[in-house]
Amino acid sequence: MTETAATPSNGSFRWPEGGVTRVPYRLYTDPDIYAQEQEKIFRGPIWSLLCLEIDIPNPGDFKTTFVGEIPVVVTRGENGDVNAMVNRCAHKGALVCLKERGNRENLTCVYHSWSYTLDGRLNGVAFRNGIKGKGGMPKDFDPKKHRMEPLRVEVYCGMVLGTFSAETRPAAAYFGTVMDHHLQRNLSRPLKLLGSHSQMMKHNWKLYAENVRDSYHATLLHTFYTTFKVNRLDMDGGIALSDDGRHSISYAKRATLQESEEYAAANVHSAQYDSQLAAPEMLETWPEFEDGITHSIQALFPTLAVQLTLNSLAVRYFVPRGIDRTELFWLYLGYEDDDEEKTRMRTNQANLTGAGGLVSLEDGCINEFVERGTRGSSDDAAEFLEMGGLDVAPSEGSRATETAIRGFWKGYREIMGFET
Amino acid sequence: MSAELSAVVERDEAVLRILIEDMFSDYVHSIDDDRVEAWPEYFIDNGFYQVISQEGYEAGHAIGVMHCDGKGMMQDRVKAMRQANIFEPHRYTHVIERPRLHRTSSDTFSARTNFIVTRTMQNGDMETFASGKYLDSLDVSGKTPKFRRRIVVLDSRRIDILLVFPL
Ligand code: FES
Ligand SMILES: [Fe+2]
Repeated sequence: MTETAATPSNGSFRWPEGGVTRVPYRLYTDPDIYAQEQEKIFRGPIWSLLCLEIDIPNPGDFKTTFVGEIPVVVTRGENGDVNAMVNRCAHKGALVCLKERGNRENLTCVYHSWSYTLDGRLNGVAFRNGIKGKGGMPKDFDPKKHRMEPLRVEVYCGMVLGTFSAETRPAAAYFGTVMDHHLQRNLSRPLKLLGSHSQMMKHNWKLYAENVRDSYHATLLHTFYTTFKVNRLDMDGGIALSDDGRHSISYAKRATLQESEEYAAANVHSAQYDSQLAAPEMLETWPEFEDGITHSIQALFPTLAVQLTLNSLAVRYFVPRGIDRTELFWLYLGYEDDDEEKTRMRTNQANLTGAGGLVSLEDGCINEFVERGTRGSSDDAAEFLEMGGLDVAPSEGSRATETAIRGFWKGYREIMGFET
Repeated sequence: MSAELSAVVERDEAVLRILIEDMFSDYVHSIDDDRVEAWPEYFIDNGFYQVISQEGYEAGHAIGVMHCDGKGMMQDRVKAMRQANIFEPHRYTHVIERPRLHRTSSDTFSARTNFIVTRTMQNGDMETFASGKYLDSLDVSGKTPKFRRRIVVLDSRRIDILLVFPL
């Protein structure tokens, strides 16, 4: 087993000079900061993906998940409404739903059989009046005062989003016009789940939040894609940002690919790979949209991403499993009306991403290398993030930039109150 | 079937079992001993290989964790892991049980074989990396048996860190 990376917190935290271009390593290891994040971010004004709408099609369907470390259950009520509650019994705190998914008429805790309606209201307490007149709850016990803690829910683009905060703006406004438009583009048709798995990564959750916004590394670390001319910095593309900078889209257009001298000159690792695929059908693709964008990875604050790379449509979300563990979930999707050919192409292309992704498998270990590399660093040691400028601004025509990462940290600092 | 003929068929099956079991051992040894280039050779040309969770397999999902439709995709994976992919050095040891075989035609068998795979990292960390079952369809028409299809059904839907070598 790998030893834990947590180090004892060392007094109060102050962000160093340099704003979002300097990110202290301490943010990945300080247990106080981790605890604050659970409160300020995961119980704060953000949306988390709870499940897909297609996970709970019928009344009584439930799916369990997490928001930060908090266990959550999502249900479809008798009336078709979607509900979400902390998956915690109001009696002594046991998990109410144990299984990952299922269908129930009401939710009954196994410990002492308290039972709840599908929207989390307490509707039954075992032996409430005691047995043979002995025991039972006090006379003033009021079931209405006890319930599973609810979350606010919004069904948006096929996703069930949840938040603990009353401040969180409706999803379309939270993500902003640019993000909303692209999400609608990719997800506004009936979806079909083609497969899913997860990956346990050995680092703090924010390193993956950075990584998924790190358009600078995409073609340097991931050399498979580059070599097959699928996604290179020299393709026409860029970074779009929401107005608040928290959400981003890294996109590319394949049609305008040109050989770039910078690649040849830099003699980067990516140039070493022989570009002949023995099975080119793996990248067989059809144009799904007329805007010319063939690749997009959309990072949505704080822990969600939607990709449509070629025809590989996937939703990823990641869950902190302690200060130095992150579980990344991959949900591979198609559209309900896809024919067999389309499903076949999406299936072949799924080889590019995920835990065994020919393109992306490095992301399973690279952030752990950062976690391990930064151990024992001094309190003021920090990342240096000046690629593509010092600001948080969209980048047209270039993805050799860290602007989307700076955007994440801008949002993070605002919510955490680390703006000094 | 005459008693004589059925004796021949039975002996034939006993021989085939040995050939199949040897092939199963060779398959895992080539991966464990860092001779992964040999891996696609255990399949017929349009052979199929997939790694998928039990959950996904039961749900009939098309997408698992790895998916090779034809030997070419396997060869591309081998080339990628050798030349393109970055990961921390590690090795597997596969432990497989005796396969349960069923003859499905004169030239084909189906098989189920449980397995456990340990993964040892360069720093000495050693863990159970995967467990599950191989669900195979075999072609025994040639000199050595080959996979028509090998589906690796993982007990867990969660992969630790990443999956680069085949199972
Ligand atoms: S903890 Fe749920 S009924 Fe007691
Ligand atoms: Fe990456």
